[in-house]
Amino acid sequence: MRAKQLLVTLMALAFGRRRSRDPEQKAREEESPQGRIVPAGEPDRGAELLVVGLLALATLFAAGFIVVYGEMGPTKTLNTLLGVCIAGALACIAAALAVIARRLIVTEEIEEEYPEESPEEQREIVQLVHDSGSRFTRRKLLVGAAATAGSALGLAGLTPVLSLGPLWDTVPLEATPWYRGRRLVDPGGHPMLASDIEEETFYTAFPQGADPENIGSSLVVIRLAPSALKLPHGRETWAPYGILAFSRICTHAGCAIELYRKPRFQPVEPKPALVCPCHYSTFDPATGATVVYGPAGRPLPQLPVMIDPDGHLAAAGDFSGRVGPAWWGVRAKPS
Amino acid sequence: MSRPAQSPSRRRARPLGAGRLLAMAIALVPVGAGVALAASQNGIVRPTYEPPKPTVALGEELFNANCASCHGIGGTGIEHPRATAGDISGAGPSLKGVGAMAADFYLRNGFMPLENIHTQPGRRRVLFTRKEIAALTAYVAALGNGPGVPHPQPGGGDISEGFKAFTEDCAGCHQSVARGGYVTGARVPPLQKLGPTEIAEAVRIGPYLMPRFTSHQISDPQLNSIIRYVQWTNRPDNRGGWSIGNLGPIPEGLIAWLAAIVLGALCLALGKRFSA
Amino acid sequence: MSDRIADPVRFIDERTAAAPAIKKALRYLFPDHWSFLLGEIALYAFIVLIATGTYLALFFEPSVAKTVYHGSYAPLRGREMSEAYKSVLEISLTYKAGLLIRQTHHWAADVFMASIVLHLMRVFFTGAFRKPRELTYLIGLLLLFTSLLEGYLGYSLVDDLLSGIGLAIGYGVLLSLPFVGGPLGILIFGSTFPGKGVFESRMYIAHVFLIPALLATLIGLHLALVAARHHTQFRRDRRHTQRRLVGVPMFPGQAPRSLALLLIVAAVLFLLGGLVQINPIWQWGPFEPWLATNGAQPDWYLGWLIGALRLMPSFDVVVGHYTLIPNPFWGGVAFPLLVLFVLGAFPWIERRLTGDRSSHNLLDRPRDAPNRTAFGVAFLTWVFLVFVFGASDRVYVLFGLSYETLLTAFRVAIWVVPALAFLVVRRLCLQLQHADRIEERREEAEQEAEREHAERVRRREPVL
Repeated sequence: MRAKQLLVTLMALAFGRRRSRDPEQKAREEESPQGRIVPAGEPDRGAELLVVGLLALATLFAAGFIVVYGEMGPTKTLNTLLGVCIAGALACIAAALAVIARRLIVTEEIEEEYPEESPEEQREIVQLVHDSGSRFTRRKLLVGAAATAGSALGLAGLTPVLSLGPLWDTVPLEATPWYRGRRLVDPGGHPMLASDIEEETFYTAFPQGADPENIGSSLVVIRLAPSALKLPHGRETWAPYGILAFSRICTHAGCAIELYRKPRFQPVEPKPALVCPCHYSTFDPATGATVVYGPAGRPLPQLPVMIDPDGHLAAAGDFSGRVGPAWWGVRAKPS
Repeated sequence: MSRPAQSPSRRRARPLGAGRLLAMAIALVPVGAGVALAASQNGIVRPTYEPPKPTVALGEELFNANCASCHGIGGTGIEHPRATAGDISGAGPSLKGVGAMAADFYLRNGFMPLENIHTQPGRRRVLFTRKEIAALTAYVAALGNGPGVPHPQPGGGDISEGFKAFTEDCAGCHQSVARGGYVTGARVPPLQKLGPTEIAEAVRIGPYLMPRFTSHQISDPQLNSIIRYVQWTNRPDNRGGWSIGNLGPIPEGLIAWLAAIVLGALCLALGKRFSA
Repeated sequence: MSDRIADPVRFIDERTAAAPAIKKALRYLFPDHWSFLLGEIALYAFIVLIATGTYLALFFEPSVAKTVYHGSYAPLRGREMSEAYKSVLEISLTYKAGLLIRQTHHWAADVFMASIVLHLMRVFFTGAFRKPRELTYLIGLLLLFTSLLEGYLGYSLVDDLLSGIGLAIGYGVLLSLPFVGGPLGILIFGSTFPGKGVFESRMYIAHVFLIPALLATLIGLHLALVAARHHTQFRRDRRHTQRRLVGVPMFPGQAPRSLALLLIVAAVLFLLGGLVQINPIWQWGPFEPWLATNGAQPDWYLGWLIGALRLMPSFDVVVGHYTLIPNPFWGGVAFPLLVLFVLGAFPWIERRLTGDRSSHNLLDRPRDAPNRTAFGVAFLTWVFLVFVFGASDRVYVLFGLSYETLLTAFRVAIWVVPALAFLVVRRLCLQLQHADRIEERREEAEQEAEREHAERVRRREPVL
């Protein structure tokens, strides 16, 4: 209702100020030697009113936005209303402009030449450069010297960027927090008892006292029947009682291996596998996490585990390979 | 609905070497030709007389007619697939010691009976009546000493702890807002339709390819928290507007393209067309 | 005598002598066709991005220092998280209008990329990239690829679970660069992923300053080059030629239309920001390198890369103990670079193949260049199929089509379908051309008959 009243007032204002024809405009036309630049068109009062109405509506929407903002609170999330208000204001002004473009402005199509090439100026520029350099005799030497100086300065300017990090350092890529005797702890920081590790499930483990966010820290620990293991040669002692530990970071693109599928009834269901949820690289834990599906190019690094005298799980050494996504030289054996 | 007698012992930590004790029930539907029982339309074979109350005896009759072709007579399991009636091979795990929990979970959600032993069990139409399920559950529970149906109390759970635990143990397969997903070889179901009991059963049993979590890994209070979180995902906080399924960027991309095309169409209104 | 228009004009001209330039700008001609407005949508989305992004930067905390959340959102209360993630939680859940601005910013980014692609398609299929506009086209491509990086950094800043996974994949792709990958990864992240906290501020300065400044410069260059050579036009009637441009002047004809489009774009984006939820980071939770969520997806404009990463068969190129080319290189680096190269080189490839070295101010209709159109559709189909495969895991969940089957099918389809598309589209274009010629001849014959008729009437001969 209020909106309607406001609209009427605005209309009255519009009518009140309307003049039959702008006398100044008339005067200018008479003065100008060429006459009009933009062709004349018929006035369209209906369109003018429509524009005023739309602008009034936009004003209301904008005011509504301020009101809604004021009404918002911790328990009142008026996101939708807020969005509708601001979008409404924008859309109304857009509509007003569209009406102006279609009905209140003469949209004439005019013609014009495309810009041409300028062969004369091209020639002059070339000549300008040649003429200016006529006193130089050892051009190649000068150009070479200038290029050298410029490159040196450029390099010098870039040098401080090196402080951002080591320029050529692959040591962090090879480092892991694991060493023989370091205990495995669960996400709560408690050492893990070997006797708690069961089959058909998976555990998250970290090195005791190390930064869990380090890419070489997190492990996925599972247990298989020792008879089912077909680990590569040299890993016979790496999985006591069938307890296997692998890096939790996929060797393809570095996502977390948080998927462990295990069959409830082996004869007819897929065999146990560790799966990455990003590109579905699938690793067979029984064979040392070799790739059985998906894009990964190498197995998950396996951490040899041992059971310390207290019955806790501990690392028996470092991983079988480099942790994380592959890079140039990733396969070199850890020294 | 009368629940079957619950096995008193709740399983605690197992000794080393404890293998898969819980096993999945796989049954074959269209069997029973020649058995002096009446086969109903959906393939379930029922005794001609059903007692008014679920009994172990009724469970045994139903089991022998509908489940034994895969799980073996007396639920001993059939390790290697073998041809049964109708040239369909039957194989299934032993049910001794799986307890009422497993039978309740698989039957009440329609995971069993399975049409083909090679398909993924999933929520289907429940073919047995409530009374029959109760009878079968009682029968399976009586086969050995197994866990009973759990009674979680999600109301006492802590949603923040549940969200954290869910992200650590479940979201890899089930997606952060429990919308389901994919694991090589299987489809991971969304969890919105599950009740607290089913969630608790699934966590403890580990149906099909899902890992199973003992109370050592996920304690009962933690389980309550996880269930509370999963139930929260039925109606998560979508204060940003239409949730488009809480699936992340895929539906968002569709909407963005829709918006770009709408804007392109508005250009049609502002500019000339060929026919104009 | 004072005049509200004349006075400021005189004031400016007396001090800048800019009146001739201003007059020229006001009478700059815009050929009238709806498809020429697609690029403007991208420009206006960019403006919305700058405006909303500036607001967000006032509240965002670019730090991965650990803190604990004690805010109003129950499922995260007591969780340890980074300052960055917490500040975006506060923007989304606490500050009034914060969520609207954040969602609008994200929608604007998604729509910005989509409109660039639509604009690129228009430019490609009409041959607008030809001489003398190759540079404009190349800068446009550069804008598209720089925007991909800008968008990626934008959502990666938040440090929620989804963005952290995306960043891990970005790190994996970076490491896969032959020879330099490993050390470059260490240089950029400051350490192995997720870095030692220095990377967040680097991403931040890149996202809010370096890349936007680069984008703004490129947009300026793009527009300056367009203006220098003027717009291309379709040949609607005999007035439109290679040498004469027919168009609506900037003022008064074009200005209100363009302004209306700006406001419409802003309105649609704010409407989306208010009505449709985008990237609800509170539902994903904070990122830790050992956490995952199933089917993690990038924003749509990087979907083609996840598709390519998933489609690649499993292998690293290895010589002895040296991995020459790790697997993610193919999908994450080689594939997008190949697409960029083919698109970028296309003007020169086409010139070589057709031998057409002349300047073009008149546009082709797609049917006028059957080979180009067919190739464009085939190429687009190729990229699109790879893109679609990126969502195949969700297709499996929703529609039950097995992922493994889809993988096999797509590995074949991405080669077969584009080839078929090429043949079909080329045939279609030739048919349309043929139909056009018949129509032309019919019109000519009709005109001829009319002239004859008029002639006979004039000579008072008996009309047949």
